[in-house]
Amino acid sequence: MPEIRNFTMNFGPQHPAAHGVLRLVLEMDGEVIVRADPHIGLLHRATEKLAESKPYNQSIGYMDRLDYMSMMCNEHAYVLAIERLLGVEPPLRAQYIRVMFDEITRLLNHLMWLATHAIDVGAMTVFLYCFREREDLFDCYEAVSGARMHTSYYRPGGVYRDLPDRMPQHHPSQWRSARDLKRMNRARQGSLLDFIEDFTERFPGYIDEYETLLTDNRIWKQRTVGIGVVSPERARQLAFTGPMLRGSGIEWDLRKKQPYEVYDRVDFDIPVGVNGDCYDRYLVRVEEMRQSNRIVRQCVDWLRRNPGPVVLQDHKVTPPPREEMKADMEALIHHFKLFTEGFCIPEGEAYAAIEHPKGEFGIYLVSDGANKPYRLKIRPPAFVHLGALDEMGRGHMLADCVALIGTLDIVFGDVDR
Amino acid sequence: MVNTLFTIWSGLPQDVQIPALIIAKIVVILVPLLLSVAYLTFAERKIIGYMQLRIGPQRVGPHGWLQPIADTLKLLLKEIVIPGKANRFLFLLAPVLSIGPALAAWAVIPFGRGMTLANVDAGLLFLLALTSMGIYGVLIAGWASNSKYAFLGAMRSAAQMVAYEIAMGFALVGVLMASGSLNLGKIVLAQQGGILHWFWLPLLPLFFIYFISGVAETNRAPFDVAEGESEIVAGFHVEYSGMAFAIFFLAEYANMILISTLAAVLFLGGWLSPFEGTILQGYLAWVPGTAWLLIKTVGFLFLFLWFRATFPRYRYDQIMRLGWKVFIPITIVWLFVEGAAILFHLQPWFA
Repeated sequence: MPEIRNFTMNFGPQHPAAHGVLRLVLEMDGEVIVRADPHIGLLHRATEKLAESKPYNQSIGYMDRLDYMSMMCNEHAYVLAIERLLGVEPPLRAQYIRVMFDEITRLLNHLMWLATHAIDVGAMTVFLYCFREREDLFDCYEAVSGARMHTSYYRPGGVYRDLPDRMPQHHPSQWRSARDLKRMNRARQGSLLDFIEDFTERFPGYIDEYETLLTDNRIWKQRTVGIGVVSPERARQLAFTGPMLRGSGIEWDLRKKQPYEVYDRVDFDIPVGVNGDCYDRYLVRVEEMRQSNRIVRQCVDWLRRNPGPVVLQDHKVTPPPREEMKADMEALIHHFKLFTEGFCIPEGEAYAAIEHPKGEFGIYLVSDGANKPYRLKIRPPAFVHLGALDEMGRGHMLADCVALIGTLDIVFGDVDR
Repeated sequence: MVNTLFTIWSGLPQDVQIPALIIAKIVVILVPLLLSVAYLTFAERKIIGYMQLRIGPQRVGPHGWLQPIADTLKLLLKEIVIPGKANRFLFLLAPVLSIGPALAAWAVIPFGRGMTLANVDAGLLFLLALTSMGIYGVLIAGWASNSKYAFLGAMRSAAQMVAYEIAMGFALVGVLMASGSLNLGKIVLAQQGGILHWFWLPLLPLFFIYFISGVAETNRAPFDVAEGESEIVAGFHVEYSGMAFAIFFLAEYANMILISTLAAVLFLGGWLSPFEGTILQGYLAWVPGTAWLLIKTVGFLFLFLWFRATFPRYRYDQIMRLGWKVFIPITIVWLFVEGAAILFHLQPWFA
């Protein structure tokens, strides 16, 4: 009598649906998953340890690279933790800029999530539609910081610089006709704010396009409804946050429950799901995109009406302007000290959590009074969510496993850190 | 020149003439077929590209028109890697088994009145037999590769093809009942008399089921679980490279064209003009029947590409459910309806 064993399959780390470097050891009974064992650590870069050997400001760039789908949100939690320890608060305009870019980042992340989730389930076209909008949002990143992804734009005490008055335009090239160029530059005639406002006007129409392709599509529903159901109780026990938790029907959003920056001054709703399956989480995230669009809209209006400083004028924390440095000895010293030694933070500890597009992203910072952190602990949402994959995947089929990885919205920069 | 050729030809013995003629006909069918396969891949990339706000291949040749040639060259020059633990013989046999039926099926297709390589009376049966043969290539490829992904792909595709073969077979039985013949030429001739006389109308459910089953048979989106890009990477041909892979690819596209042509022949009157019986008939009489067939086929091929750009992928068990629990019952019921229609001589189809 031959021994009957389950089929063990290595899913990844080089797999089109592994979202990076997930290695999933699947134990399968035919097509049905009996056990899913995620093996992680292939993208581990020791961010927490690296931060211990660098002045505070130099670690901002590492934060971008954690969850490389939502760069500015990672920075936000980090600078927020520093600001809490320093006991400073950035100017109101900086707070609005941060909220606006947090929401732009949320759009970036959710678009990427929708794109990959859809292509994992087999809907190829949504993928390219989403990337069209991401281009525009990356242009906003680029206009404000010079980098399209890893921006290092948020700084303790504000943001690196004010929004530009001119949106960069596409140059003529032999690959584009004059008409195409004109169309591409149509929204880029004014300032960055004009460009973003134009985008927020177009964007709801784009979301409708994705929804036409997916929301009522029978195949999409068959593939997502009832897949990976997580009850509200279980979602709490598994430490779910963000859309994963809201998909299960729990109304929890740090932007509302523990407002930071100016989230208490903007108007938006929190969508929640009912059944806690992949389809509900899909609906929640799509609605979140519409709400983010609303928030961006309000921020644009406010930023238009209220010019002002975007960074603290406390030169112990933020560098003085260039012109000042040319004439003022003290400013020069401040600049030198900041860019060699950095600033020192009083002894203490702080935990700053923000509503990251994927869930709660927290930075726990311990300072011993030096110019670098004594300990930095990152609380990534994706790591926690990945832990639920086994439970969610049990009894589902191999194809559902792909849909589940999609719905978890995991990014390996975030899981492995 | 022509005269000398003719004298040489008539000087040949009968035993040589017939095979030579057949081989010439085969070449005349296969060369355009393989060219259309090449340009179907190009059309696919272009059409899906435009649907997805891209422009598709653009660099090789004017507007990318030489792209398929470049692809073929690349695949020809690539090494065929045979995995260490694969069964060498079966591994190399599988692509042959899958391309063979895909090409052989074209023997009975009527391209116009009397324009067919083999005008056999069991044409439909021959087609059914050959399209089911294609599954062996997939199964053997999956098994011989000795890879888990390939194995899963082969299992999926075997189950899927068996299920849809049945639905497809029943749909063809409907055509057989309506036309009273298994000969494809006669099936087309039975549809004479304009668009409303074509079989798509009396056999509407069977027509839809035939085409959807055809999409499933060729493992195309949204039924591409056997390849399942995002699940099992490439399914049964995950271990194949170079020309061995290209042959699978060729077979898939040849099958797509075959299914589209068959849909046109069986349900849309094959080479018949759609304007038969209207005033336009006289004006369009100069259009060769093959052109009508081509237009109809291209229409179906466009649907294949459109599906691929639009739909998410079904899950394996959902495909099975659709095949067994929806399609097969519908076809059976419609066969009864059709039987009743024939019994009562429903005009104008079953006169």
